[in-house]
Amino acid sequence: MKHPFLALGLAAATAMVAPETRADDKPVLTVLAYDSFTSEWGPGPAIETAFEAVCGCDLRIIGAGDGAALLARVQLEGPRSEASVVLGLDTNLTAAAAQSGLFAPHGITDLPHDLPVEFDDPLFRPFDWGWFAFVHDRNRLPEAPGSFEELAASDLKVVIQDPRSSTPGLGLLMWVKAAYGDRAPEIWQALADNILSVTPGWSESYAMFLEGEADMVLSYTTSPAYHLIAEGDDSKSAAAFAEGHYLQIELAGKLAAAPEPELADRFLRFMASDEFQKILPTTNWMYPAHMPDEGLPDGFDWMIRPETSLLLPADDAAALRADALAEWQAALSR
Amino acid sequence: MAGRAVTLIAAALAAAILLLLAAPLLALGLRLGAFSLGPADLAAIRFTVTQAALSALVSVLLAVPVARALARRRFRGRETLVTLLGAPFLLPTIVAVLGLIAVFGRAGWFSQILALAGLPPVPLYGLQGVVLAHVFFNLPLAVRLLLQGWQAIPAERFRLAASLGFGARDLFRHIEWPMLRAVLPGAALVIFTICLSSFAVALTMGGGPSATTVELAIYQALRFEFDLPAAARLALVQFLLCAAAFALAGRIARPEGFGAGLGRTGAPPAPGGIVRVLDAVVILLAAGFLLLPLAAVLLRGLPGLASLPPQVWQAALRSIVVALCSTALTMAVALPLALAAARPGRVWPGLAATLPLASSSLVLGTGLFLIALPLVRPADLALPVTMLVNALLALPFAFRILAADARRLDEDHARLARSLDMPGLARLRYLILPRLARPAGFAAGIAAAFSMGDLGVIALFATERELTLPLMVQQLMGSFRTQTAASAALLLVVLSFGLFWIFDRWGRHHAAA
Repeated sequence: MKHPFLALGLAAATAMVAPETRADDKPVLTVLAYDSFTSEWGPGPAIETAFEAVCGCDLRIIGAGDGAALLARVQLEGPRSEASVVLGLDTNLTAAAAQSGLFAPHGITDLPHDLPVEFDDPLFRPFDWGWFAFVHDRNRLPEAPGSFEELAASDLKVVIQDPRSSTPGLGLLMWVKAAYGDRAPEIWQALADNILSVTPGWSESYAMFLEGEADMVLSYTTSPAYHLIAEGDDSKSAAAFAEGHYLQIELAGKLAAAPEPELADRFLRFMASDEFQKILPTTNWMYPAHMPDEGLPDGFDWMIRPETSLLLPADDAAALRADALAEWQAALSR
Repeated sequence: MAGRAVTLIAAALAAAILLLLAAPLLALGLRLGAFSLGPADLAAIRFTVTQAALSALVSVLLAVPVARALARRRFRGRETLVTLLGAPFLLPTIVAVLGLIAVFGRAGWFSQILALAGLPPVPLYGLQGVVLAHVFFNLPLAVRLLLQGWQAIPAERFRLAASLGFGARDLFRHIEWPMLRAVLPGAALVIFTICLSSFAVALTMGGGPSATTVELAIYQALRFEFDLPAAARLALVQFLLCAAAFALAGRIARPEGFGAGLGRTGAPPAPGGIVRVLDAVVILLAAGFLLLPLAAVLLRGLPGLASLPPQVWQAALRSIVVALCSTALTMAVALPLALAAARPGRVWPGLAATLPLASSSLVLGTGLFLIALPLVRPADLALPVTMLVNALLALPFAFRILAADARRLDEDHARLARSLDMPGLARLRYLILPRLARPAGFAAGIAAAFSMGDLGVIALFATERELTLPLMVQQLMGSFRTQTAASAALLLVVLSFGLFWIFDRWGRHHAAA
């Protein structure tokens, strides 16, 4: 029994003493973001390089799970957080975030953004945005439905995300609510037999769609851009819905107890710069909140541009959530 | 065999485990006074118990013919097959779900064959899908636990049965049934408990919100409502359900042990004719059910395996280290508990070793996070906490695997050892450890593989760089890198399986020596 376990112990010991490298005396700005933002394949690494080139600081972007986990993490840490900036909340979460009292006003008034709707929030600054949409493969489904009602009338199967564990899932809930108001339960009931599966997060759904298991998946109008630009695959397309498309506006805010308040302010301003914004379309696959001079990369012009943008004000979204969730659950549990 | 020292150590470990499980609940502000559950919670509890009970029942019932066929047949590749059958258990959930979908999904292989015959695809999503997925994960574990039971039946007993002219029915009644009676409830208990805290699999395969488990309700309470006490209450419900299942399993289980053998084991008699054909069919079906989804995982991941980015390899290395440390910890705790549990009528070591499996990893993680927060940077704790939690979650398997043999040893040899007046350490060295080598290797293998694959709590603590391989797979999937994710997942499976194989083989090698 001795030898393998002895080896284990040694391996463990070597791993544990691996030192953490700290940058010299530069101040450290810690930004809390969702996982796919910080990942090697997300905007995180390029943004770190770009900001560090101008800030004279060490920027650390730390992942904290998905969007919802992010807010929970901030609330868990409270004023003890080592983070100064939280990046990646959306308008469905900001009411709760504001209520926590953990965020400080950004005070920025001179940097107008390019969002398709009016948006102004004293605590949160937008960095990118996108429309939710159902994505399909044109080889498998040449003619996509043009509205929730057409989808409900079809025998197509879709995968969606659970609004109780995922921000796009919550976005869909708000989409149906914003488009149909009191008729939302009726729409959900009609959609029930089209919903193949509800997954905890976006990535499980999207993988199931790519696997060919579902005809359509809840994602974004810009998701096909990834396949087009990164893979040279033009078969993916987003279905334009007549009701309009619900917006996800991704936001960042400064924590009231920020250890580095000035750097945090600089970072929030830097978010509006070309250097920051031009990174987003091909890493986060969303629209930049401030259009960079060079415009959007080739391929984005192929994406559908919904005429109607839907968005519930943050307070309404928060107030409606419990009822909308109950309606959703009741309609789909039949 | 449970000497006083072993009992003391085990008691201290059990107390530490309970503390580790209770502290997070208290940190989340659990108050027993205000204990109330709404109708949504009750529905979640009902569904959770139903799917877990069904999954456990189906897994162990299917495992009986499979394990018996494997126990009494010798064929080329049998050892490899037995080892491979462990693999589904080691798959990360989302990878396993995608593998199952590739086989049983609407566009899957199985549905394509049905379509050739003009049949519609089987409806996969719903309670049947949840049970299918859970059986896929847990049937191998049940088979291995039962196989271990069959292999532990002393050869003399089969020889005696043969000389008495026992037929198949007598053999089953007098030799196999007592073994099953002793092993099955424990196996079902472990599987039931694993399925209690199922979340992603249950939701995805369940096809909608009617497949809401307690763990999902916990997720919702923590992430969207930030209602920490509600999450703690639900986590307590999971523990209570586990404890109730433990009590039930204890009532059903009957220890066997009627006479010791010479320590040699032999294969049960293998009747020919139709039984032989049936055994072959059973083995083929089980192998097909368990290995086809694995083949799908392999096919998806293979193309990109050679071109994986370096970060993935670094994460893989980190995961191996975490897994090895967790394994060492698990074994160090499981062995004393299993030895202490060998004393007839003593139940606390088993309960302490089983409860961790019912813990919500989200609650455990959040609680530990809150406890650690005032003391250290949570990010510095990412890997140690992952090790600790993985070790804790692997403990029930390791314990279950060791406990059966430890008890048998005690029943068969305690008197002899006492009459020889063997001191405790010598007994451990010459009597216990050599005979526990096979289950210990298997247990360590399961623990190592389990810790490789488990996401558990690291997400909350994770930092910019200290990613483990499962987290890396998740990030790749979250960044559209489906192909790379499939390859990284395959690497994860291969590594988990490799660790499992090394430990298991070591155990079998030493058992044979």
